[in-house]
Parts: sequence; C-alpha cells; structure tokens
Amino acid sequence: MTEAATETAGLEVVDLVTTSVRELNQRLHDLAGGAPGPRRFRILNPSGAHALACGLDAPIEVEIEGHVGYYCAGMNKLATVRVHGNASTGIAENLMSGRVIVEGNASQSAGATGRGGLLVVRGDASSRCGISMKGIDIVVGGSVGHMSAFMAQTGCLVVCGDAGDALGDSIYEARLYVRGSVVGLGADCIEKEMRDEHVAQVAGLLEAAGIDADPAAFRRYGSARQLYNFKIDNAGAY
Amino acid sequence: MFAKSPEVEERLGKHLAAMLVQMSSRGPDSAGVAVYRNPAPSGSSKLTLYSANPREQWGAAMDGLRDAFGACEEPSIRASHAVLVVSAEAAEAEGWVRANRPDLRVMSAGAVIEIYKETGLPEEFAAAFHVEDFKGTHALGHTRMATESRVTTEGSHPFSTGLDLCLVHNGSLSNHNRLRESLRREGIEFQTENDTEVAAGYLAWRLREGATLEQALEGCLSDLDGFYTFAVGTADGFAVLRDPIACKPAVLAETEDWVAMSSEWRSIAVLPGSADARAWEPEPGVVYVWEKAKV
Repeated sequence: MTEAATETAGLEVVDLVTTSVRELNQRLHDLAGGAPGPRRFRILNPSGAHALACGLDAPIEVEIEGHVGYYCAGMNKLATVRVHGNASTGIAENLMSGRVIVEGNASQSAGATGRGGLLVVRGDASSRCGISMKGIDIVVGGSVGHMSAFMAQTGCLVVCGDAGDALGDSIYEARLYVRGSVVGLGADCIEKEMRDEHVAQVAGLLEAAGIDADPAAFRRYGSARQLYNFKIDNAGAY
Repeated sequence: MFAKSPEVEERLGKHLAAMLVQMSSRGPDSAGVAVYRNPAPSGSSKLTLYSANPREQWGAAMDGLRDAFGACEEPSIRASHAVLVVSAEAAEAEGWVRANRPDLRVMSAGAVIEIYKETGLPEEFAAAFHVEDFKGTHALGHTRMATESRVTTEGSHPFSTGLDLCLVHNGSLSNHNRLRESLRREGIEFQTENDTEVAAGYLAWRLREGATLEQALEGCLSDLDGFYTFAVGTADGFAVLRDPIACKPAVLAETEDWVAMSSEWRSIAVLPGSADARAWEPEPGVVYVWEKAKV
C-alpha cells in the first residue's frame, strides 16, 4: 500500500489519487478466505474510475466517497459496498451475495445478471435496471428507466417511484413491485394480484433497504408465461 | 463544456484538454474540438481551414481572400489548421475557398466557431494544437474510436453542420448510405463515407429549410436509424440528444460556474467543483439545450 493509506481501528483509507485501482482491488481480494486484515475500507477520490471494488469475496465494508464508473462492485460476494455518489453503467453486475448501496443515482443496467444479494439505489436507476436478473433483489428509492427487468429470471425488483416503458419484457419468473406509474409493460409481462405474502415480501425488502414506504401501496407485475418457450405443445419442436 | 463565469471562460481550454485526455481509452485514434471564441468583427467572418500539406504556406490563401474580398487578417496557425478572418459573409468566403482552393478543407465557418481535429491520441492532439490556451464561452470535444469509416482527419469529429454549428457523435448510424443519397439530392455536400457526417448534413438540411435546432434534433428521432448520443454546438450554447434506446452513455453536470456533458463521469470529475455538481443522466429521446441567453 502507499503512504497515503492509514490504518486505525480496523479502518483503512485508500486515496485513489495516490493508489491505482488495480492496487486497491488486489488489496481487497487479498482478504478472501478469511485472510487477516482490516474489515472496513474508505475509498477517496473515485473520480468515476471503472471496476472499483470488483470481485470481492470477504465480509468487509467498503465506503466509496464520490461518483464511480462502470461495473463498480461487480461479482461481489459477502461484502457491503456503499457508494456516496452516483454510479455509472452496471453497478453490482452479477452480484452473488452481500449488499451494494448507491446513495445517488445509478446509470443503465444496474444489478445486471445478479444472482443474489441486495442492491439498493436510493435515487433513480436508469434503463435496463435488473436486466437478466437471476436471484438478486433490487430496491430503488426513485424511478427506473425503460426495459427494466428485461428477461428477468428470479429475484425481486422493488421500485418506489415509476417505471419506464417495456417493464419486464420477456420476463421469466422474477417479481416486480412498482409503487408509481408504469409507462408500459413489455412482452409477456402482466399485472398480478398483490396478496399478503407479496406485501410481506415488499415490507421485508424495504426494511432491508432502509427505505420508508407503505408496502401495501405497491402493485405487482410478473410473467404471463405465454411466450413460445413456455408452451408444452411446442416441446416437440426442440 | 459551457462556461457560466468569466473564470471558466478564461480557463476553458485547460478544462477541455483535461476532459479530452480522460476519454483517451474510449477514443484513442482521433480527437477534435470546436471552440467558440473571439467573435469576428461585424461585417467579417471566420473560417477554420485544414491543409493536408505539412508545408502549407497560408499566406497564399490569405492573399487570395484579400484579392476577392478586400481584407483578410493574418492567419492564426495551429498545427495543420489555420483560422482566417475575412471581410465577407461566411458563406461567400467558404464558397471562395471551395472554388479556388479545393486542396484545403473548410472545417468550420461562421462568426465565432473554430474547429480543429486530427488523427492520433487525444493527449498528442491537445499538445499539438495548444488546446490549453483556448479561452472562450463554450467548447465541444471528441475522441474517436472509428467503427463505420476510416481513421482520417476528415472523418474525425466535430463535424460542421452549418455556420457556427457543429456535431459530435457517440454511436453508429445504420441508414446513413441511403440518407446521404437523399441529402445529396437536396444539395448537401459530403466529403467522406462517415456516418456522423450524414447526421451533420441532415441537421444542416433541416436548419436550412427553416427548422429550429430543437425541431431539427427531434427530426433525428424519426429519420435516423442507429445508436447515438449527439452533442451539438451553436453560437450561443450547446444541445444534447440521445436516441430512444439510449445504449450510448451520457452524463450531464451543472454548477454555478459551468455546464458539462460527457460520455462518462471520469472527464467531468477533473473539472473544478465537480464533487458538488448536480449530475444526472439525460433521458432518451429528449432534447436538452443550454444557450447564453437562457442562463
């Protein structure tokens, strides 16, 4: 590490003016598998750099003080990554477990292909939020852009604001909850009944995200299961 | 980048150069800028000319323009480009160069615009053209990774779209060949096989036919097929438009002192006060305009 890094009571401060992204990520990767080291990190001057805190595999906390570039906290396992700013394309892409929290807005493809864990965007998320999500839970305090939850497979997308056009296009089995308006639903995405179990699920996710909203005010959307590949009559075609 | 304070105007070139260099990894093969500065005196106009000849004697062009129009200031030379201020309407002066010096390219024409562009790394471009020295009200920059056509000076951005107007583009257009042919029938001239030049020609045509800048940009949504984030420079400001699918990135940021747009935050992060700037992503299919009068 560089001279700029200081270590006090398990907290390490890394300034990206004096430390490269590669050095930072290697430092964080070295903690995988229970290796000794600090459990809390504070990253200064991210300045929109790409691939910050990617591929983590340790129960550590990483606070990033500023706006981040592409694919921040991608492939994360176990760690909690908090961005005190906005996030560019692909925040928490392929999240495996742990938590990623964006205090500002997120650009397109937030949580893309995520397999587990929780992504919280306190502001708005842009287009294609949760594209091809495979088990991740995403809670957005604001609104999401067009084509969100495109080809979503499992997991939940909770939107406290509005959703753009073509929500849940070609969706498989994910659950989409939207409190505000929806510009339009994508192919094979329909509104579904909001039963007690769904209200309870939204309540749990909002609590986990630390967002105060009435879970009963959300509407649920999901797959109509009418796309070609779901029809048993077509089984012989393969 | 659009300056809202005299301090930022004074340092416009430094900010522009820093932004360009940040985008080197996105566009390493060419770079260019359009700078809005030093308005030509009333009755005069300003041309930016490019010569492929490294030993170009710009005095000959100046003498020719003097003979034709009476007065032409000494050329202001930066690398392969020169700016000439001529006592003539911009269209007349541009017409003279096209007719009499076909070996030169008119990069820009108008009262305030200057366009410089060249192949090579953004850092090398900024050094060769002394981008840091520019003072002005606003400027656009571009770094190119070519997809649709060859890496040449002419294929670099910004593209002129008419007097004091220019366009930079991130993306690729798929209907540019057919659109180029129909625009040629409308009398719009093209110098390359580049897709962005067609978008520039389209805007020039719409503006010539009486559309406002907003109308011309909104026309892109129906008449252009492909991916694009556009930034357009005007005499008084700039405009931004993303296609309705919005695959190509864009981020806008504003402080008391400036408005800036870029493909990524990286190049806005280098601006003074960026940490406290209001930053947001422009909506797909929405035209955003900043102009001097509206600030």
